[in-house]
Amino acid sequence: MRITRRNLIRTSALGTAAALLPVPVLAQAEPLMRTIPSSGEQIPAVGLGTWITFNVGDDPVLQDESTQVMSAFFAGGGRMIDSSPMYGSSQAVVGRGLEKLGRPQALFSAEKVWTSSGANGPAQIEQSRRFWGVKRFDLMQVHNLLAWEAHLDTLQAMKAAGRLRYVGITTSEGRRHDLVEEIMRRHPLDFVQFTYNPVDREAEQRLLPLAGERGIAVIVNRPFRQGALIRRLEGEPLPDWAGEAGATSGAQLILKFILSHPTVTVAIPATTQVGHVRENLAAAGGALPDKELRERIAAHIGGI
Amino acid sequence: MSEWWTYRLDDFLLYAPRTYWRLFEAQNAALWPLHLATVAAGLVLVLLIFWRPDRARRWTGLALALLWTFVGWSFLMNRYAAINWAVAYVAPAFFLQAGLLLLAALLPRGLAFARRDAIGGASLLLALAGLLLYPALPLVFSRPWTSAEVFGIAPDPTAIVTLGLLMAGRGAWLAVLLPIPLLLCLVSGLTLWAMDDAQAWLPFGAAAIGLVLTLARLLTPAPAPARTS
Repeated sequence: MRITRRNLIRTSALGTAAALLPVPVLAQAEPLMRTIPSSGEQIPAVGLGTWITFNVGDDPVLQDESTQVMSAFFAGGGRMIDSSPMYGSSQAVVGRGLEKLGRPQALFSAEKVWTSSGANGPAQIEQSRRFWGVKRFDLMQVHNLLAWEAHLDTLQAMKAAGRLRYVGITTSEGRRHDLVEEIMRRHPLDFVQFTYNPVDREAEQRLLPLAGERGIAVIVNRPFRQGALIRRLEGEPLPDWAGEAGATSGAQLILKFILSHPTVTVAIPATTQVGHVRENLAAAGGALPDKELRERIAAHIGGI
Repeated sequence: MSEWWTYRLDDFLLYAPRTYWRLFEAQNAALWPLHLATVAAGLVLVLLIFWRPDRARRWTGLALALLWTFVGWSFLMNRYAAINWAVAYVAPAFFLQAGLLLLAALLPRGLAFARRDAIGGASLLLALAGLLLYPALPLVFSRPWTSAEVFGIAPDPTAIVTLGLLMAGRGAWLAVLLPIPLLLCLVSGLTLWAMDDAQAWLPFGAAAIGLVLTLARLLTPAPAPARTS
């Protein structure tokens, strides 16, 4: 079901807040869609990460802020929300937000299994499912390759039984790319998740080409290096040529660099601010930089 | 953990600074005005150690044991653990410290407070700083005053005041009673450091002062026993 203004107001406990959203945001152009190679399913290219930002514990004010971020995300056409048992209370906060928003049908739930014991994997996955309040996850990934062999067996069995739609693995910050590559070559994966941005480009060498070759969808984490790249650009004037890439902010410049790689499926920036969600989603609209402009973006951000 | 050398300190930070400081706001809102009682108790202990060291042992051990248990339960387990799963491994240290303080209070030779000397005086100043200055830090670091950390309510001032009070004492039990407060100061300093918060220097500084005073105490000969007749 596509999330429309009427739909959102009808189903959301935050309907009043949603009604106050600026119309242009809700009526914006269709988001950039990418294809999941293993199924052909289309998915918006900007997702929502929850690392740190959604780990707010029992704080009702911060929980409500997280829900507002999710509300704006769905209202802007977003679908994929990614979390992990490692992220503290994030899973429960996502679940609470989904409940408040009337369980948006657009949700593409991406979770991880993160335990050193393969035997504990199913129980952890079930616990995560309860936190989210979903019937099943769309995507379950082995977090940071922890006990990956045992967990991959579990996930493939769940997928075969229809209790999961997609299987993936994750790493971050350039760690263990050799092993990631080996698993990508030897195992039938739907998704792989790793770090990629204008200053962390190691994935361009082997992982991105291999993902394209093997038909594996790519999720990009830490697009802003946990905000460090944004802080680096603060106070710096946007280069004259940013308009050629369709970017109106440093964050959009970074996201457009990432999304313009043809093998990238979804980038998952995390934020606590509704304005940033809209800015991130808007980065997937309009022009994307060509090869020459991509190099300019990387040189500009890397040079600051 | 593979490739451990590639991890930075902030890779282990699971939450945003704002979320962390709001824990103290929630703790303070829930427990006010208990703060007045815990700070008053700390001041009474300082005065007791200063004026009547012979009577301070039991009350110091009992009061600190109670407050370490309370902070471990009310802050670490009930609040902090919600955003930091690693706290499940830290909270038992609070209860262990409380048990050790209880034993030190009850056993006849558990903890002895020396007659006044320079090291004891410096230690009590550290305790006073933890009691009276630590709650004022939000004003220095531009945070809401409602996020103040108070002795007996929040972990850091509890550890710092405990260090100060214990360092005014003597005896082999100090070797057992000091490590947990010292380690807590280090862990808290590292946490604040990962949050890029300049306040990190305070728990680091308290730990450093604690170590220096310990060293000075070890190198200073024990005073002659007080005359009893």
